[in-house]
Amino acid sequence: MTWQGWAEIALTLVLTVAIAWPLGIHLARVLEGRATPLDPLLRPVERAILALAGPQAATSQTWLGYTAALLAFNVAGFVLLYAVLMLQGMLPLNPLKLAGLSPDLAFNTAISFVTNTNWQAYSGETTMSNLSQMVGLTVQNFLSGATGIAIVGALARAFAAHRGEGLGNFWRDVVRVSLHVLLPLSVVMAVVLAVQGVPQTLAQHIDITTLEGAHQTLVVGPVASQEAIKQIGTNGGGFFNANSAHPFENPSPLTNLIAMIAMNGLAFGCVVAFGRIAGARKEARALVAAMALLLAVAAGAIYLAETQATPALLQAGLASAPNMEGKEVRFGAAASAVFAAMTTGASCGAVNAMHESFTPLGGGVALFLIQLGEILPGGVGSGLYGVVVMALLSVFVAGLMVGRTPEYLGKKVEAREIKFAMLAVLILPLAILGLTAVAAVLPVALKGLSASGPHGFTELLYAYSSGGGNNGSAFAGINANSPWWNDTMALDMLLGRFGYIVPVMAMAGAIVAKPKLAPSAGTLPSDNGLFIGLLIGVILILGGLQFFPALALGPLVEHFQMLARTAAPLR
Amino acid sequence: MASALSAQSPVRGMIQRAATDALVKLDPRKLAGNPVILTTEVVAVLASFSTVAEIASHRPAAFAGQIAGWLWATVLFANFAESIAEGRGKAAADALRAARVDTKAKLIVDQATGTTVPTSAHKLAVGDIVLVEAGDMIPADGEIIEGVASVNEAAITGESAPVIRESGGDRSAVTGGTTVVSDWIKVQVTAAQGDSFLDRMIAMVEGADRRKTPNEIALAVLLAGLTLIFLIAVASLVGLGRYSGVVIDPVILGALFVCLIPTTIGGLLSAIGIAGMDRLLKFNVLATSGRAVEAAGDVDTLLLDKTGTITFGNRMATEVISAPGLAPDAALRAAMMASLADETPEGRSIVELANSQGVAGEAPPDAISIPFSATTRLSGLEIGNMTWRKGAVDALLGHLGMTRADMAPELSQAVDRVARSGGTPLAVAEGTRLVGVIHLKDVVKPNVKARFADLRRMGLRTVMITGDNPLTAAAIASEAGVDDFLAEATPEDKLRLIRDEQARGRLVAMCGDGANDAPALAQADVGVAMQTGAQAAREAGNMVDLDSDPTKVIEIVEVGKQMLITRGALTTFSIANDVAKYFAIIPALFVVSLPALGALNVMQLASPQSAILSAVIFNALVIVALIPLALRGVKYRAIGAGALLGRNLAIYGLGGVVAPFIGIKLIDLIVHNLGLA
Repeated sequence: MTWQGWAEIALTLVLTVAIAWPLGIHLARVLEGRATPLDPLLRPVERAILALAGPQAATSQTWLGYTAALLAFNVAGFVLLYAVLMLQGMLPLNPLKLAGLSPDLAFNTAISFVTNTNWQAYSGETTMSNLSQMVGLTVQNFLSGATGIAIVGALARAFAAHRGEGLGNFWRDVVRVSLHVLLPLSVVMAVVLAVQGVPQTLAQHIDITTLEGAHQTLVVGPVASQEAIKQIGTNGGGFFNANSAHPFENPSPLTNLIAMIAMNGLAFGCVVAFGRIAGARKEARALVAAMALLLAVAAGAIYLAETQATPALLQAGLASAPNMEGKEVRFGAAASAVFAAMTTGASCGAVNAMHESFTPLGGGVALFLIQLGEILPGGVGSGLYGVVVMALLSVFVAGLMVGRTPEYLGKKVEAREIKFAMLAVLILPLAILGLTAVAAVLPVALKGLSASGPHGFTELLYAYSSGGGNNGSAFAGINANSPWWNDTMALDMLLGRFGYIVPVMAMAGAIVAKPKLAPSAGTLPSDNGLFIGLLIGVILILGGLQFFPALALGPLVEHFQMLARTAAPLR
Repeated sequence: MASALSAQSPVRGMIQRAATDALVKLDPRKLAGNPVILTTEVVAVLASFSTVAEIASHRPAAFAGQIAGWLWATVLFANFAESIAEGRGKAAADALRAARVDTKAKLIVDQATGTTVPTSAHKLAVGDIVLVEAGDMIPADGEIIEGVASVNEAAITGESAPVIRESGGDRSAVTGGTTVVSDWIKVQVTAAQGDSFLDRMIAMVEGADRRKTPNEIALAVLLAGLTLIFLIAVASLVGLGRYSGVVIDPVILGALFVCLIPTTIGGLLSAIGIAGMDRLLKFNVLATSGRAVEAAGDVDTLLLDKTGTITFGNRMATEVISAPGLAPDAALRAAMMASLADETPEGRSIVELANSQGVAGEAPPDAISIPFSATTRLSGLEIGNMTWRKGAVDALLGHLGMTRADMAPELSQAVDRVARSGGTPLAVAEGTRLVGVIHLKDVVKPNVKARFADLRRMGLRTVMITGDNPLTAAAIASEAGVDDFLAEATPEDKLRLIRDEQARGRLVAMCGDGANDAPALAQADVGVAMQTGAQAAREAGNMVDLDSDPTKVIEIVEVGKQMLITRGALTTFSIANDVAKYFAIIPALFVVSLPALGALNVMQLASPQSAILSAVIFNALVIVALIPLALRGVKYRAIGAGALLGRNLAIYGLGGVVAPFIGIKLIDLIVHNLGLA
């Protein structure tokens, strides 16, 4: 542990939260349909695209209409991506002549990218052609991110309305977000990354002779462009298998810092935008504060854990602190810890170190962050609606304690909202714990694990948590390219994404119809420190109660065993 | 305040009745409305089967048996809480039923001759007309169409002083079960048997058709959702445990499940609701539904009639200003003379003021009183050729053929000063000469200002409604400290004000008694009708105040808030308790296969079995321990929402985390030392 390490973590988080405001203000303008600086360039494109949709792109949709459009759009995206992956061998831009994917891997991968998860059961550089990467995966990186962000608009309008009906227009939202937000940000970031040395080429490999005279083939490609949207859209699917630990994806501490800011900045920005559209700036600030505080604590906890070494190995002189296994020397413990917290706190899933090699508690914190439902700050859009669900539940329980029917942002929280909020919250334990429990007793699933004992258990739990939470990072060590894993992970990702979105949209539908109430001295304030503390408490207790038993069997028991120097029992 | 409703039955009898009731409520059909407790009962049944199976196969069954027993106890305690809350209402209902004895009514069969036929009260139909004479019980709810009588309404209100009921106006409604003390009335029946006010009262007090309130439903949904989440978390442990080589006893799994689901609030939820209604009854207020009580807690704007609520009903004379050039007490004497025959409270207060300043007099027998009439707006006294008159300044000036300009400037200034201060100026004339001005003052009740300040801290806006002119209204409003006022208000203005407030997203409460208040009472979210008021008002409101005390609205709001606070507090407590239960049960579950997890046994509980048993026992006993709190309610403090939340979070949130660590540890010590596990 060094002060430089702490300073690095603090600087990263401060910069990330600071950039959320300009991003959020811009996003709010885009979602509200107001002018943006790039209008001269982008308006004609936007008009042309929306012209395809005809007059219906101008109408405000009910929650059902909005949700139906959203689902239809994602189904179409899935079909297209699935086709590209299956037919890759027959399509152009395939210099390495890579064959099409197996049906279950194509299915898993298509679901994975449509759900903004980017779980990768394959190694990118040896599986995907340039066309698949660019037209297939990168396109979905944009669209799945835009889908999530569109919901920010819908939900914010629901809170802003007084006995309203429409939540906005999905087509308009998704097009405007892609054009005015994701595209410009990605272009800028791709150029910066390219300047920093990240490859951006249509060639697929370079042959070089090393200093020792050996021949080596280095796989390259359009890395910078995919890398940009991978981080900005909290997708996380790397061009290379090693993801952001690979020097071509993440060559320097500067690119590492940019990557971290990029993967959380827009997610925080979504909260800011929500506050501006819903007319609740102070309340949005409180949400950001709660999310950022928890994220900072998590980053600190991982850093603390990773600066320890395994006591037994230390004693035997086989290791030294910090724990550097699975970490890049370029980044060190602090940058790896904060990256791990930010990638699991967001539903990004990019990794610059192998979480499998973290200490049990370090890896456990990352795992817990995913299980908290990806709200610290979560994926683009998904983090916002996740935290709003938590805020509604907090306000409901605590709001009763001030003696009024609870209300949040001027909307009463009643049975319908609670029903949909609980449905949304239910889906994560159902998907994660349900699938883990089934897999835990099935040899066909356990075959994919590389470790045994509690560590193997953590691999298993992490995988399904990552899928359900739409994170996409792996605890590594797991060989997930088998029909069982591909299919159950796809189910996991679908539940975690759309099993959450549909109740949230229904909740928005209930909220939009309610009258907007004026606050009074009797209203529970939702913009102060007390509320922040309450929200943090609810997030931790609700998440902890769901996953504590499972965590006890994985990271916790492994930690205590490590301290007690007992070997993991062999299975 | 006398109350017919707080009839006390002996505590022991009540507890016995509740205990029996708790057993009856084990019927799963009766638990259908309470998913958490129903789930607990299902687990208790399964645990019992498991115990029997252990005994049948000659394995030790003491542990499983104890767990099963405590699970049943959990269900019984929850039922008991509900029964004891219901018990108080039932006692009150019994008292009311006594008033509903069958009476012989005198049915008028021929309007012209007034011939009556004795008829059983049961057989009266709506529209029938009955004669009720002194000593008779009024057989049904109705409207007086002829006559005036004093009626003892103690059966309903607990107040034994009779009230006057008369045909026409706002005092014409009578209630079945009350007794005419003097005179006679003809009553037209307005409610059929079984649907009378008394019947509705009994039903409400008993909670017979108690429906869940919107908040209760929302909370029940939350609790059901949590139950499902814990079902998933616990059920998945079968698979997760098997990976780690742990085979979990189903009884223990059931115990863990019941400990985690929110049994505390689930068990006490309906008791809290019933107790809330009961608390209102203690204030002698009857709510037509729990929904209305809950809405009271949400009220943002309180409309209060000035008269009787903010000020004493009557204006009182506080000074008399003499015209210039007269003896100092000449005007006072004239005012007294003008009021000698005036039996209104204002008139009496003028005589009292004069007497207190040493000016006394009596009306001789030949004095002729000049009664007040709406056209002259004057009243007074005439003795021989001497007359004294008093009345509104304009009216009296008109009578004397004068205008304001003819008034002595001193008097004219006095009139303005009185009006500005919120008082009412009356002019006094002796013969044809204007001699002075009386200052009638609306006296604001002593403690209302502090109460309105409390209300403001609660987040409630108070609006004073008055028929006074804006000047007078403003003066009283500022003296009483209300937030706003509506002057020269007509019933239509009231209705419009309520609609405006509601359009701004505010909930409105008001009280009223006149028939012309009925539309506003119906429009308001919480409408409190006075028991003495018109039948139309009583039907339009969703609460009836049996004491007819308009200030009661404030207590009603507090009861509503208290009910919500109690629910929130116990929910928070219930969920916070789970943290400690995990630390008791999770290590106990796994420690045999994974000894390292013993490190999580932070409470140092004696053995896995005693840890689990202790958690289950704690879970059951905490329901009993919290019954008094559920019935009494968490106190509401008008300290602002933020401060209140902070306080309750500290007590029920943090307290809820800490308390079970201590409780489970203590129970474990006992369980271990008694050798129970």
